Amino acid sequence: MKRWTMNQSVPILEAKNLEVNRGGTVILDVPSLSIQKGEILALIGPNGAGKTTLLQILSYLSKPFQGEILFRGERIDSNVSIFEYRRRLAMVFQEPLLFNTTVFGNVASGLKIRGMKRCEIRDRVMEELNRFGISHLSDRSAKTLSGGEAQRTSLARAFALRPEILFLDEPFGSLDPPTRDSLMEDLEHILHRTQTTAIFATHDRMEALRLSGRIAVMNAGKILQIGSPSEVMNRPVDELVASFVGVETILNGKVIKRNGGSFIASVEGREIEAVGDAHLGNTVVLCIRPENVTLSIQPSKEGSSARNVVSGRIVKITPLGFYQKVQLDCGFDLVAYITNHSLEELSLMEGKEVRASFKATAVTVIRKEEN
Amino acid sequence: MDLILEGMKKAFYLLITFDPEVMGITLLSLQVSGTATVISLLFGITIGMTVALSRFRGKRIVVSLINTGMGLPPVVVGLFVTIFLWRNGPLGFFGILYTPMAMIIAQTVIAAPIVMGITLAAIQQLPEKLRLQILALGATRLQMIWILIKEAKLPLLAAVMAGFGGVISEVGASIMVGGNIKGYSRVLTTATVMETSRGNFDIAIALGIILLLLAYFVNLVLTQIQQRERPR
Repeated sequence: MKRWTMNQSVPILEAKNLEVNRGGTVILDVPSLSIQKGEILALIGPNGAGKTTLLQILSYLSKPFQGEILFRGERIDSNVSIFEYRRRLAMVFQEPLLFNTTVFGNVASGLKIRGMKRCEIRDRVMEELNRFGISHLSDRSAKTLSGGEAQRTSLARAFALRPEILFLDEPFGSLDPPTRDSLMEDLEHILHRTQTTAIFATHDRMEALRLSGRIAVMNAGKILQIGSPSEVMNRPVDELVASFVGVETILNGKVIKRNGGSFIASVEGREIEAVGDAHLGNTVVLCIRPENVTLSIQPSKEGSSARNVVSGRIVKITPLGFYQKVQLDCGFDLVAYITNHSLEELSLMEGKEVRASFKATAVTVIRKEEN
Repeated sequence: MDLILEGMKKAFYLLITFDPEVMGITLLSLQVSGTATVISLLFGITIGMTVALSRFRGKRIVVSLINTGMGLPPVVVGLFVTIFLWRNGPLGFFGILYTPMAMIIAQTVIAAPIVMGITLAAIQQLPEKLRLQILALGATRLQMIWILIKEAKLPLLAAVMAGFGGVISEVGASIMVGGNIKGYSRVLTTATVMETSRGNFDIAIALGIILLLLAYFVNLVLTQIQQRERPR
C-alpha cells in the first residue's frame, strides 16, 4: 500500500506554487504537490473543490495558470514540450467521450494519432480489450454500449497508450453501484499489475480508500490535508476535513487467519476479527463506526457477542452535545461515541486505561489488492 | 389544360433526345453551383471551425452575424457582387462581370455562410470535454480538428446539402451577375425565368423538371451516405 515510499528519488510529477485565477477569484491554490512513480493519489472533496481543475492543470489540458510543473524533474513547457508531455499521459473523464466508431476503433484512436503501425495497433488493442473484458464488443458501435461498457472502452483506450501517468476524473461517477463495483475491482487490479502512476478525482471516500495509497482532501481550491488513507481518515486536521472524510475509524490490516465466514486481520500487532471473505495475506482496510464501539473498565464479561476486545488509553474526549467523542490509542487509533451518562458513570478522563469492544459484524471490510 | 399537356410532352421530348441546349444549360448549372459549393465548404468549414473552437470577446455577435448570413437574400448578394465587379467598381479591373466566374463568386457568397453556420452549430453541439479528451490522447491541433470533423460528419453532410441546394435553385444573383447570356452564362434557373416570361412553357417545364431531378439526386446520394453512417 505504501508503494510510493519505495522510490523517494525524483518524483514523476511535481507541482510548485500552482495558482489559477478565473474571473478575479482564485479557484486553485496548491503551493506544492509531488507524486512518486507507481503511486495512486486520490483527490477527494465536494463538487467545486478544484479537483477537476487540478487534474486539468497537472495534465496541461487547461491554461493559463501560475506556477510550474515538473515531469521527472524536467520543467514542462521549457525542457519538455506540452505536446510531448501529453503523449506520455492519458486521461479518463466521467463521461466516456467515445468516438462515433467501433469499440476497436475507439481503443485504437490514441495509437492511430501516434502513427503506430496497423499490426502493432491490432495486438495492443486486443490486449487491452481482453484486459477490460470487452473483447466480445470489439466490432460493436460505441453508441450502442451500456454505461459500464462505454467506460471500460474509455479506460482501455487510455491504457492502450501505456501512460506514464493516468489521470482519472470521477471515472465511476455516472455508473450504477453494481457496475461501479465490478469496474472498480478490475481497475484496481489493472492499476496494481501495471504499476501505473495514477491521480484520480472522486467525491466517494470508499473509492479513494480502495484504490489509493495516498489521499488529498480538497476544498475551495486548496489541499487541506494529504496523507495515507488512515492518517487522513483517522486524524483529520480540522472539522471540514472530518466532515468530509467521515467518522469511521480506518484501520489497515493483513489477513492472518480465516475461519468460515470471518477472518482475523493483524492491525499494528493487534488481532481484529471481521465478517467477510478474504484471502490469507490480503491487505484489507477496516472501517469501524464510532457508535458501534463500546467502552468498559472491567474485563469484558464471559459470553459477550463482541468478538473484538482491545485495551487502550484515552487520548482525548470531545463533547459533541448529547454525546461524547472518545479517541483511544489501542496501538492503533480508535474512536468511540458514548453518552454523557456513561462518561460520568465510568468516570472516564483523558489518560485513563479502558477496554473497547466491538462486534465482528460492525467492521466494514474494504479489500485491497495484494502487492 | 392543353398548355400544360403540350408543355409536358415537349419537355419529355427535349429530355429524352438530350437536346444540346438544355444539356449545355444543365452542365453549366452543375459546374457553377458545384464549384461554388466546394469553395464555400473550404471557407465555411474553416471559419465555422475557427469560430467554434476559439474564445474571444464579441463571439456572440460574430455567431449571430453568421446566422443572419445563412439567410442572405440572393438579390442583395447579386447587387453587391455586381457593384464590386462593375467596370469602375473596386474589382472592375478583373473584367469578369457577366461571366460564369462572377456567378461562382456570388453563389459562394450565398453558400459560405450556410456552411459556416451549420459547421459552427455542429461543432458546438459536440461535448465540450471531447476536445480535451482528444488532446489528452496526444493529438496535434490539426489532428484534433480532423477528428472533430469526423465526429460531426452527419451535420456537416447536411451543410453540403443545404449549401448546394441553396445555390442551384437561386436565380436573383445569377441573373444579375451572369446576365443570362445564351450558351455562356445561362443556367437552369435563369433560363426558366426567361422561357416562362416568353411563354415557352415547354422548355421552362423541361428545365424545371431537370432542376427538381438534380436536387433530388444530390440529396439522395447524401442521404444514402448519412443513413449508412448512422450507428445501427
